[in-house]
Amino acid sequence: MGTKDLLLVAICATGLAVVASIVVDAGGSRRNHLPFPPRDAAFQGTVERVDHTFRQAWQSAGVSPSVRAADLAIARRLSLSLTGTIPSLEEIRRFEQQPAEGRIDWWLARLLADRRCSDYLAERFARAYVGVEDGPFLLYRRRRFVAWLSESIHQNRPYDAVVRDLIADTGLWTDRPATNFITVAMIPETNYPDPDKLAVRVCRSMLGLRIDCAQCHDHPFDDRWTQRGFQSLAAYFGSTEQGLSGIYEAKRPYKVEDYKSGEQVTIEPDVPFDGHLLPDEGTLRQRLAGWVTHPDNRAFARATVNRMWTLLFARPLVEPLDDIPLGEPRPDQPEQIVLDRLADEFAGSGYDLHRLIRLIAATEVFRLESRAIAVSGDAAELTDVQLHSWAAFPLTRLRPEQVVGGLLQSVSLTTVDYHSHILRRIIKVIGQQEFVERYGDVGENELTSGGGTIPQRLLMLNGKLVDERTDSNPLMNAATRIAMLAPTDESAVETAYLAVLTRRPTTAESGYFTEQLTGPEEDARSDKLGDLYWALLNSSEFSYHH
Amino acid sequence: MKHLGGHVALHNTFDRRTALRLSGFGAAAWLTRVADLLAVESEHAPQGEPARSIILLWMAGGPSQLETFDPHAGRSIAGGTRSIRTSVKGIELAEGLPRLAEQMDKIAIVRSLTSKEGDHERGTYLLKTGYRPDPTVIHPSIGAISCHELPHGGTEIPRHVSILPGRWPARGGMLGDKYDAFLVGDPAEKVPDVTSPVSSERLAERIEALDIVERAFSRGRSGQVEATRHRATVEQARGMMASEQLAAFDIQQEPHAVREAYGDTPFGRACLAARRLTEVGVRCVEVTLDGWDSHANNHEVHRELVATLDPAIAALLADLHQRDQLRQTLVLCGGEFGRTPRINPLGGRDHWPHGFSYVLAGGGVRGGQAIGQTDPEGGSEVDQPHDVADIHATALAALGINPLKENISPAGRPIKLSEGQVIRPLLG
Repeated sequence: MGTKDLLLVAICATGLAVVASIVVDAGGSRRNHLPFPPRDAAFQGTVERVDHTFRQAWQSAGVSPSVRAADLAIARRLSLSLTGTIPSLEEIRRFEQQPAEGRIDWWLARLLADRRCSDYLAERFARAYVGVEDGPFLLYRRRRFVAWLSESIHQNRPYDAVVRDLIADTGLWTDRPATNFITVAMIPETNYPDPDKLAVRVCRSMLGLRIDCAQCHDHPFDDRWTQRGFQSLAAYFGSTEQGLSGIYEAKRPYKVEDYKSGEQVTIEPDVPFDGHLLPDEGTLRQRLAGWVTHPDNRAFARATVNRMWTLLFARPLVEPLDDIPLGEPRPDQPEQIVLDRLADEFAGSGYDLHRLIRLIAATEVFRLESRAIAVSGDAAELTDVQLHSWAAFPLTRLRPEQVVGGLLQSVSLTTVDYHSHILRRIIKVIGQQEFVERYGDVGENELTSGGGTIPQRLLMLNGKLVDERTDSNPLMNAATRIAMLAPTDESAVETAYLAVLTRRPTTAESGYFTEQLTGPEEDARSDKLGDLYWALLNSSEFSYHH
Repeated sequence: MKHLGGHVALHNTFDRRTALRLSGFGAAAWLTRVADLLAVESEHAPQGEPARSIILLWMAGGPSQLETFDPHAGRSIAGGTRSIRTSVKGIELAEGLPRLAEQMDKIAIVRSLTSKEGDHERGTYLLKTGYRPDPTVIHPSIGAISCHELPHGGTEIPRHVSILPGRWPARGGMLGDKYDAFLVGDPAEKVPDVTSPVSSERLAERIEALDIVERAFSRGRSGQVEATRHRATVEQARGMMASEQLAAFDIQQEPHAVREAYGDTPFGRACLAARRLTEVGVRCVEVTLDGWDSHANNHEVHRELVATLDPAIAALLADLHQRDQLRQTLVLCGGEFGRTPRINPLGGRDHWPHGFSYVLAGGGVRGGQAIGQTDPEGGSEVDQPHDVADIHATALAALGINPLKENISPAGRPIKLSEGQVIRPLLG
């Protein structure tokens, strides 16, 4: 690609300063972050109750949990889930300098203060709110919307306030970014959004309810969801229009065609349950927003907790992600009990999203190993019961943007973030887009299904990005620099493992690769390290959350 | 066609394949059994044998029906666009398609497609899947369905390919991303990612190194790691890298005269590659010709694109016919919507989903006919209207796939392969 070659030339032209900033770890002191908020009694109590619920469930199922995972493995999980990339070598070094006690908390506080985290989470949430469509030309600004969400998450604005803006904000989509939630659903060549579409979005993304089927017919086995009920919910968006001043509330009754008689009937707005939580004041959308985010509307907190859990574990606590039962959990439903405990704490904290992340990350299940540890011999395996009862951390396929995020980070020894040199960031963006395009974007789906694809493997085996980033290149590629700078073969191997897999090699791995490195010099040695990098990047360990 | 059949494991596709067959039309042709599937090896498919591949010529941006397959020469809506006669009496095409006009006996035009999607992305989704966008499910494109439903055969390269992919290439959707189209660029360039950047000796060393890493990761979770099929997929990918079928992408192996006939354009080359790919068992090749979104200078934009389209599609049909493969290859051509009968002040035509054209040929489609009519005065009412889904139902039927077969969406909802009605005169 010409662009990249040009950029490389530009890097050389900018001279030693850049080289120095990349080669030498200059990241040490420039990143300050907030101290970790102390765990108060409510926090600690919730974590203990969650742990207790799982332990009871394991006991009655007769399974024992796996052991606690290594700190580095947990740090990697957090980075992948919250920033879509892996810890850099530089970050790993600092992580390991922290006292063992509480360094996960230290790491998490660092991540939550990092722009990469709010950007990544904003994109994840945006997919639930507005999908991945480009939306109506001129009326929809997806990037503005995601930037606004990211800022809200970065500031840790109470999440209920964010959602109230999404549902009820008025004005122009350019200066009131939340209104893009409405404008993405504009019906072409009209001045109003599709109320059905918005009602579906509210249900799925904010309440964890799938009542989409009621769009066309009454729910087949749940008589609370009728088609008329769905239309009444949609009616809250039935007076919304777009004009010169942007999105506003018109005085227009919401009418739909009765599918039996074919006549236009006026639909009065109403909510499908807990009508007493509906505020009396405000515009239609403000009232709906008040109802959705009412502290007693548990569906809202549950849906948010389940989504955040899914982001952290890559598996929903209660499946499916956006279809959560409304009633009280039964004693034999530990997942739903846990969901409720976390939801209560989340609502009680004033919808503090950062605190929710810290809560989930503090639970025992988040910190478990994803494998069985043999007491004697090598034959230990996890049982299906263990795998299904959260007695081990689930093994799940990473999203394409996590794979490329990890790839681009692993080939750089310093952290690729907002402090990185602009050229490196540009290269990152270009590489990332091309890669995700070929690797296949999973779109709105939060979870990737099944195994990887052949084109994905081809892209990793032979693709330009992997080849360019493992090739001999002392400016851009960690493999080459490790080959040049590592004092011993052994430490070169270890460094590569840390940079790519965030762990140290096993004795067998270290032995094998150290021997490979012994002998060859200069270019041949760089090639050997490039080969090691290639193998690490192509491993299942690299492509899976574990 | 030695590659098809043979020793290849067909079992994993047969169990997926529905036993249900349509009855009521085509009679015995629908009763495809294992023996018949194995007989697919025969180049001379008996009359009534279902098609086994699709070549979808995707006109991205939404071509004007008036400047392509549905001219209204002499009317004010034509804006001066003339029409030409074709090999079939009574059917005319817009000027600029003389070579396709010679092949009119092979093609059928549906001139009365109607849709409610006037947005590029949504329209593309509808035309490629037969369904309107739905927030609860991503429907598979027709190419993904054909790969899912039809036997694997001996194909070692991806069976779903998109050449010159546009912004929204065909997806596997709810069937899984392994049914996504494999994306390749202009066949003048090498196929991306299928050749190792290092020597075979070094690749072998790398694979050995990979196994060392895999072994460490599998300890204590070998069942789970096995279930990811990661390592197996690496082997499949390597199998593809070593496959002789990759040569199907290489149009340089075609005689100069053949390449010339398709036109010296990326689209022409892609059409030729598409033909070669279907010969080694690729189920669906999507070939995109982009740029039809003529909001300004409609006639000029179309003149250029039609000049690219005409030789490519005509050569493709003639070539398939001459090689006796037209019967087993369904060729489709169209875009996400049509364009307004009225010409705007910039000399452009805007989006018009109310009545537009779609072309079908081969795969048992009866050529030499035009179905439906748009209003010569430019009204939005059409004669014999057809939903987009009807094209899908018809195409699936031509492939011997029952459109009424249901898959279960991730939300647990049964979803038919197509909700359209088979347009029977097309398969007559």
